[in-house]
Amino acid sequence: MARSLPSKPIPAASSDPRREVTLTVNGETLTRSVSPRMLLSDFIRHELGLTGTHVGCEHGVCGCCTVLIDGRAGRSCLTLAVQAEGAEIRTIESVARPDGTLHPVQQAFMECHALQCGFCTPGFVMAILSYLEETPQPDLSEDAIREVLSGNLCRCTGYKNIVRAFRRAVELRDARATGGG
Amino acid sequence: MKPALFDYTAPETVAEAVATLAADESARPLAGGQSLIPIMNFRLAQPGTLVDLGRVAGLDGITVTESEVRIGAMTRQRTLESHAGANAAHPLIAEVLAHVAHIAIRNRGTVGGSIAHADASAELPCLLLATGGSVCATGPEGERTVAADDLFSFHMTTTLAQTEILTEVRIPRLPPATGWAFEEYARRRGDYALAGVCALVTRGAGGVCTGARLAGCGIADRPVRLTAAEDALRGSTVCEDALMAAGEAAKGHATLPDDLQASQAYRADLLAALVRRAAVRAAERAGG
Repeated sequence: MARSLPSKPIPAASSDPRREVTLTVNGETLTRSVSPRMLLSDFIRHELGLTGTHVGCEHGVCGCCTVLIDGRAGRSCLTLAVQAEGAEIRTIESVARPDGTLHPVQQAFMECHALQCGFCTPGFVMAILSYLEETPQPDLSEDAIREVLSGNLCRCTGYKNIVRAFRRAVELRDARATGGG
Repeated sequence: MKPALFDYTAPETVAEAVATLAADESARPLAGGQSLIPIMNFRLAQPGTLVDLGRVAGLDGITVTESEVRIGAMTRQRTLESHAGANAAHPLIAEVLAHVAHIAIRNRGTVGGSIAHADASAELPCLLLATGGSVCATGPEGERTVAADDLFSFHMTTTLAQTEILTEVRIPRLPPATGWAFEEYARRRGDYALAGVCALVTRGAGGVCTGARLAGCGIADRPVRLTAAEDALRGSTVCEDALMAAGEAAKGHATLPDDLQASQAYRADLLAALVRRAAVRAAERAGG
């Protein structure tokens, strides 16, 4: 286990230092004063009221707090809000178009019934979105898709349909790109 | 859970970061946070001050020289995994990184952070040992280089001082006529390994193994060189008998006592199987 740390009095709540953080969330640049220990997940939910980002395990295993940090999927529960100084964050709220048109990944989840209770869905959508932006022509084999999805847990265990949705999302994206959808 | 209260500082130079660590014994450096923040969320770690290295200039980036791959400590694991030059110089790097947690973790987790964290089950410390790599660290006394063999002293403990910051990781190029492989078994995809093995096998005339470097993770209180297995392979043609002997010999390195995940006997058997699989794949890739 972790070696014990030399003792230093833990700061009392009243002495909790605040720190200003300026970051961009879904295209809007904002500044807030936060406690250094505030997790980015809590910042997004409690300070900004963007409750589409869910919090599950709070130690990086379940993936439902996944957001895009500077364009790449990351765990908002394993990032301090102060670490996101200057970063560009995207949450699930930014994914559909303002007119309500779903993103191909969201559309695919709907069509393939890739969600049941829906708690894990924002994390899956952000992880897939990030992967498709990084790898526009992904390997669509079952193994490769499962590897990409392995960082997110669905406790309704609807993985088969999530794998289908991954493939469908690529189809829908390509169809939209060629003007078909 | 949430981390306990702590003071936070985000220095812009290594010197400033070292000075902060030297002034406060309870201060700890924060790299990508993918290991430290979970244990802080669990309150297994409660540093009095976090020294965030995220703003320190010059700590990331990858340079491939004629002899080695130099990886800035703050380089994200995913960046290294997809770096063509680094993986041409040593293809074991990408093979190992594919087993480190998940993509979203590797997007944030850093190469130096994982090695400095030195979890006995983690893959990157094992890679560093197998490849005979080293790290550079800067402390109040200046800079020094520490060989992988001298770096890991216990689970989550290195020989670096609390006042030192790991700044660079160096992995020598894959030697000629050498094959590579990484094998691990974990209960869940992306989880810490119950056991993992890095193997580098060099073959000479007639397919004879002229050199072997193997390291294991998850099997002891630190990542370890599997020297007994190396001895069993060296001089052999990496035939079935030699592989069996190497696997058997490796069992002695599995010293972790029984725990909730596995018994010592199970880990020893698992290690033997992984040694055989890794060695045979590495030998195939070495040709001959």
